Amino acid sequence: MSTIPINLQSHTENYIGLKKIGLSIFSIGFLFFLICFTSATKFNPILFFFLSIGLSVIGGLIFFYAQYLSNPIAGVKKNGAMFMSVANKGLIGWMLAVFFTGFYVLLYWFPETLANVSMIFDWLSYNIRNLPSDQWFLYSALYTIAVAIMGVRMIIHNRHNKYQIIRTISVIFFQLVFAFIIPNILILLNEPGYYFSYFWPLKYDYLFPSNLEYLLNSKGHLAVFMFFWSTMMSFIAVPILTYYFGKRWYCSWVCGCGALAETLGDPFRHLSNKKLTAWKYERWIIHSVLAAIVLLTALLWINSYYKGGVLGEFSLSFSKVYGFVIGAAFAGVAGVGFYPLMGGRVWCRFGCPLAAVLGILQKYFSRFRITTNGAQCISCGNCSTYCEMGIDVKAYAQRGQNVIRSSCVGCGVCAEVCPRGVLKLENGPVKGRYELNEEYLR
Amino acid sequence: MENIVIIGNGITGITAARHIRKLSDNNITVISSESKYFYSRTALMYLYMGHEKFENIKPYEDWFWEKNRIDLIQDYVTNIDIENKKVNLAGGLVVSYDKLIIATGSKPNKFGWKGQDLAGVQGLYSIQDLDLMENNTKNICNAVIVGGGLIGIEMAEMLCSRNIPVTFLVRESSYWNSILPDEESQIINDHMRAHGIDLKLSTGLKEIISDDNGKVKAVITDKDEEIKCNFVGLTAGVSPNIDIVKNTEVETGRGIIVNEFFETNVSNVYAAGDCAEIKADDDSKNRIEQLWYTGRMHGEALAQTICGRKIKYERGILFNSAKFLDIEYQTYGLVNLKIPDEKNFYWESDDRMHSIRIVYKDDGVIGFNLLGIRFRHEVCKRWIIDKKNIEYVLENLGEANFDPEFFKQYENKVIELYNIQNPGKNLTLKKKRGLFKILRAV
Repeated sequence: MSTIPINLQSHTENYIGLKKIGLSIFSIGFLFFLICFTSATKFNPILFFFLSIGLSVIGGLIFFYAQYLSNPIAGVKKNGAMFMSVANKGLIGWMLAVFFTGFYVLLYWFPETLANVSMIFDWLSYNIRNLPSDQWFLYSALYTIAVAIMGVRMIIHNRHNKYQIIRTISVIFFQLVFAFIIPNILILLNEPGYYFSYFWPLKYDYLFPSNLEYLLNSKGHLAVFMFFWSTMMSFIAVPILTYYFGKRWYCSWVCGCGALAETLGDPFRHLSNKKLTAWKYERWIIHSVLAAIVLLTALLWINSYYKGGVLGEFSLSFSKVYGFVIGAAFAGVAGVGFYPLMGGRVWCRFGCPLAAVLGILQKYFSRFRITTNGAQCISCGNCSTYCEMGIDVKAYAQRGQNVIRSSCVGCGVCAEVCPRGVLKLENGPVKGRYELNEEYLR
Repeated sequence: MENIVIIGNGITGITAARHIRKLSDNNITVISSESKYFYSRTALMYLYMGHEKFENIKPYEDWFWEKNRIDLIQDYVTNIDIENKKVNLAGGLVVSYDKLIIATGSKPNKFGWKGQDLAGVQGLYSIQDLDLMENNTKNICNAVIVGGGLIGIEMAEMLCSRNIPVTFLVRESSYWNSILPDEESQIINDHMRAHGIDLKLSTGLKEIISDDNGKVKAVITDKDEEIKCNFVGLTAGVSPNIDIVKNTEVETGRGIIVNEFFETNVSNVYAAGDCAEIKADDDSKNRIEQLWYTGRMHGEALAQTICGRKIKYERGILFNSAKFLDIEYQTYGLVNLKIPDEKNFYWESDDRMHSIRIVYKDDGVIGFNLLGIRFRHEVCKRWIIDKKNIEYVLENLGEANFDPEFFKQYENKVIELYNIQNPGKNLTLKKKRGLFKILRAV
């Protein structure tokens, strides 16, 4: 009697055709997107919108659906994550990094090159804010689409994990509603286009005297409320919410930068550097940025109080330098451009001053911790590998120590990929948070 | 100051080295032929599956060893010269010791099957084995795995991740049934099959057949079925690796015989971890403990003894964990030992991805066995030590729950089942999940 085993696990191969179809449609869409850079779009922007964005989205969704079909059992989906060129600084990864970086360079410093392509969003722009589209409208529309589509992927991949599902829905919601729809509708209503989901010092100019002036001089009725909201969120809501839930309530549930990192950035999360030296650089850089923005804001207010009598033009030029170096080059160009090289959280980890504030609060005034479960850690390293913030989680877990790090954004992936159920994100009592379980102190 | 030489850089040897450093200023040398740096053996599978790279599975960064003055030598120990207290290495180096620790771990069992040394037939234990497996499984059509333990299912999962069809021969009538109780074992049988693994229960290996080039081409089972394959994984358990002390006066049985201080019959020679066979003071059977956790505990206890704080190794409440494809497994205390007066309370979810077993006696709980649900180590341990009554445990089950936030909680269903099975009982859940809820209730 002789048998040849039946190929029972050919799911992946079975759907390769569907994946090819999805990627082909995506590629055609992308090709049309490139065509949109030319003046061709002028003739029929709506058609070009569907040919470029429409096809890309459809193609992407087909691809993710095929991935879902080929992995019918829910669970951690990391097979081959280290073999993909795109997510391991291979040729495709580098190409993508150059592409992302280049796009941001065009966006910030050569917006005229995007004039044609932004026309494909004219129809949407007219519908929500009654204005033609421009490079910033194009940017926020693409950003929101990327969050939504890659968010769908994130949910499919993590469908066994309710924490990830709810969290991903949350970031998609906040990006779509608070960072896209509301600001644009406010413009339609002749109010300032205001982001209720961003606060000082991340959105640094919200507490600049010039912004107060602008809000007060604007025709809208919500201006005073907006300034009140900014101040209230920055100084009252941030400490209170962080005390109860840790930094995560913002960084991986609300923030738009976090939204992109958690969706588009998810395939790159293992690229963050876990070394001790990287942590050292991180602390110096992020706290320097925080110090710079605090100083800058203070100088601007002093200057405004003395009507320029003390500092002259200094605070204004400081503000310009900060805007260029931190606001554009670091947060934008490097922040997203380096996704395929350093993971999705480059800006959040090394630069974001709001993350620095939240981090200090999380470390010293919060109930949040990642609890380590007794002595169950096997030092396999999955938690550290997939920490997008570059925290060496296993260094804590293998000693039976709770993980309390200012940089932790509470994405929950370490707890998810742990094959031994060692980690749990939770909000517990502040007392004893740092205490080591003596018995497991290893 | 003494020279401590440790042969073997697995979890036992390294834990011993680290703790000796914590406790003393002795010279520490760790010798391994496998790899210079300590890595997590349990994580080897993740390299093959592309979840991690070798860098990720090293529990400590490379600078750690120099900083802690632990000398690492990558070489093969040819023999131990007990009389002169020296260790001879294949590279010609001779290392003298004052105290010698042998922590050489295990090696895969081979039971003299015909064809067991053919090309394409291998076990999985070391990094070299993994490299071999990488080569042996390139472009193959079918694989057969022999042996129904943890390494077997891990190897099956590894092959599945690369879409290589697997036939899994398990001699017992259900997977890992010596450790897993019937119901849990059945869940894992079905789960493997859902993943496309061709599981053949009550089936052993008779012989492995070679092609013309000395490479495996098929196996014949003990039911005389021939299964074509290009790869055979032999995972029928491991045995202590004690070759190094053959031809010395160190006493061996199945492993190196040691007392509860890990002392061998030769003074200043110690053995711990997988390779040790522990002879207890009482008349109980000698124990060989081959878990990651026991290895770590051995190393820790031995370090104390070496540094003059002689302490007896006590294993404490047993615990272990594993992951069977997508189903996590944790166990605490005594399970499936069929102790005469034990009782079992068992619950499983409708989708058969989660189960809870509580083993108890009239005077309290003695064990927990969990699939797809995470429990708190400390809580389970405390309940077992305090001999908490089964009903107390059930009513407070939320205290033990360690699943991520928002995960479905089954406690009420579990209690409902208990009430149905025990007419007249009307237990209700007192403690819900969450640290605060637990503390408030205390």
